[in-house]
Amino acid sequence: MTEATQTDGARVNRLRAGLKRRYAREQRFRAYGLLAIAVAVGFLLLLLGRIVEQGHTAFYSHAMTAPVYMDPPRIDRAYPQGTNFEQLVAEQQLRRLGIVDDAQGTKASAMRGLFSSELKFIAAERIARQPGLVGQTVTLSAPLSDDADLYLKGEISKDTPAEQRRLSDEQIAWIDRMDAGGQIAARFNTGLFTRGDSTEPELAGVLGAVIGSALMLLVTALIAIPLGVGAAVYLEEFAPRNRLTDLIEVNINNLAAVPSIIYGLLGLALFINWMHLPRASPLVGGLVLALMALPTIIIATRSSLKAVPPSIREAALAMGASKTQTVFQHTLPLAMPGVMTGAIISMAHALGETAPLLLIGMVSFVPGLPHSLVEPTGALPSLVYIWENASERAFHERTAAAILVLLAFMIVMNAAAIVLRRRFERRW
Amino acid sequence: MKFKLFRAPEGRNGGPADPTDAPRMGGQVLPAADAAAERQRDAAATPLAPAPKPAVGAGGPVGATKICARDVSVFYGDKQALYDVSLDIPDKTVTALIGPSGCGKSTFLRTMNRMNDTIPHARVTGRIEMDGEDINAKSVDPVLLRARVGMVFQKPNPFPKSIYENVAYGPRIHGLATSKGELDDIVQASLKRAGLWEEVADRLHSPGTGLSGGQQQRLVIARAIAVEPEVILMDEPCSALDPIATAKIEELIDELRERYCIVIVTHSMAQAARVSQRTAFFHLGRLVETGDTEDIFTNPRERRTLDYITGRFG
Repeated sequence: MTEATQTDGARVNRLRAGLKRRYAREQRFRAYGLLAIAVAVGFLLLLLGRIVEQGHTAFYSHAMTAPVYMDPPRIDRAYPQGTNFEQLVAEQQLRRLGIVDDAQGTKASAMRGLFSSELKFIAAERIARQPGLVGQTVTLSAPLSDDADLYLKGEISKDTPAEQRRLSDEQIAWIDRMDAGGQIAARFNTGLFTRGDSTEPELAGVLGAVIGSALMLLVTALIAIPLGVGAAVYLEEFAPRNRLTDLIEVNINNLAAVPSIIYGLLGLALFINWMHLPRASPLVGGLVLALMALPTIIIATRSSLKAVPPSIREAALAMGASKTQTVFQHTLPLAMPGVMTGAIISMAHALGETAPLLLIGMVSFVPGLPHSLVEPTGALPSLVYIWENASERAFHERTAAAILVLLAFMIVMNAAAIVLRRRFERRW
Repeated sequence: MKFKLFRAPEGRNGGPADPTDAPRMGGQVLPAADAAAERQRDAAATPLAPAPKPAVGAGGPVGATKICARDVSVFYGDKQALYDVSLDIPDKTVTALIGPSGCGKSTFLRTMNRMNDTIPHARVTGRIEMDGEDINAKSVDPVLLRARVGMVFQKPNPFPKSIYENVAYGPRIHGLATSKGELDDIVQASLKRAGLWEEVADRLHSPGTGLSGGQQQRLVIARAIAVEPEVILMDEPCSALDPIATAKIEELIDELRERYCIVIVTHSMAQAARVSQRTAFFHLGRLVETGDTEDIFTNPRERRTLDYITGRFG
């Protein structure tokens, strides 16, 4: 009996020691998990923080408001756009600051450099609308040039040697004086969201690229989703299992892993060189992205069709439903949440895809807003690429702003995916 | 205190706890408010359920032959699952197919509505006639055949739609109802015949998957009879249910026998004895013995049948 108790005691001790080890392992594993999540969240915050830090200044810009005497001899009433309003305003601003220009007018041209070229169009438009304003003093409000704006945002410092910055000491002094005089105010940069691309950073906006991307995604969705879902339904529910369908399946899986630049080359060769579709257009972009999204959509749809319990198929078939009725009335509706999620995630991927767009010419500079599917447009990711490579420093903050817009676009799409998923989700 | 909730709990965990699963007394549903009394009556009813009823229908009327199977063999790829089964199944009778797991009884059941067609590489040989017509003939459309031969599966499998939609689905796809009112009537009649109407009349448009297991199985039966089939195949319809829900289904099967030819696969000897008038014993893919249920259970001709029904194997 004592022997039995002893072995029991030893057994319990062994179990206890083992238990301790098991719990310790579990604790360690949890710690690793937490660490991994902390690292991931840290990187994410670092990335977002960097982008926000760089980009937040792009969301406001500085404008100058000044009274301008519309000097009649210098304004052509028939063609107000022909007037050199910048010179007019610059001279009047200099006079207001009590500065006498030299014979070459260098000070006036330095002053002119502080205004955006938009000033001319704002003034001309006022005159065109109200020709009676000529000869009167009008209060004009116009954006400052990108360099003046950067100085006011603190991006250009007075401590930098004058020859290394784009604003002279004189110009900086003028800006300070105008600012002190209450002529300069910061305001929300609506132009960023309402304009197309421009060579002037202070006039450049993302709307052209947003519309371009949206048109492109529309084409992609209209082509890739019906084709992908149809192909997946056929392969999963109707196709016989044989060597040919196996081959197709392997190839679809391989296509999903093909680098996107290859799709760009294919699109270039197929749609532009052979079918002569207009290059850099949302139509071609959408077609290329649709090719790219197809395998992903097919794979996602097939796996969600596979996840539908066979009992539902059997129930429908046993009720005398035909194969097509079973698929379209039962299997596919039940697979819908997965199909939707797969489709929207592949759309989000397509939205952020840059490499194929570069090859079909979407990297070119396209000012203004797109109006149709067949004219050249920009796209958000290529806009980011273009702006990042621009030499003007003011484009750098706008690059970050464009990235933020791209991210917001994606968050909206993913939120839509979640909402759709919730709506279609059913229990069984 | 138990309230009638929108979603009844799963009925398989305990019998009397779920009032909706309790046997109806004479087709009458007990008022939900009077929960205490209900529980009492349930408790009184419980011992009835598992006890093998002394052969309810045994020796009952046996109709003309409805289905006639001759030398039916089934192959799944290279593997033969069923060997030369010849069996006559009479109308307006419950025929039980019994036998150990993997003996081919479900496979045989599925040949009768050609559900094996849906399995790739499955091949059926031999001849199955329903009312003298070969159901495997090219001229017979499996879709139409399945409208005549309903099927109830082991696991309740209502569609994830409303109770109403579940029952209305068959009549709708087969175009049996010409108006909304007619469809409503079919749904009501089917649910009544399945003994579910009183329990769900006030929530026809709530999901069928929210019912308890036993209710779901009766819903599936209602769905099957909504298309007025001639034959109902049941593949272990009670194996996922608790004894009380089982008792209700068995009671229902006995009622349905008056109108339909019923074939039921079961693992429960007691159930076969309770509900069927004819029994066929399968073993290793072969039909060993068939006859009146009473004879099979009291006086089997084959040694293997005796061993199986007395629990010596299987």
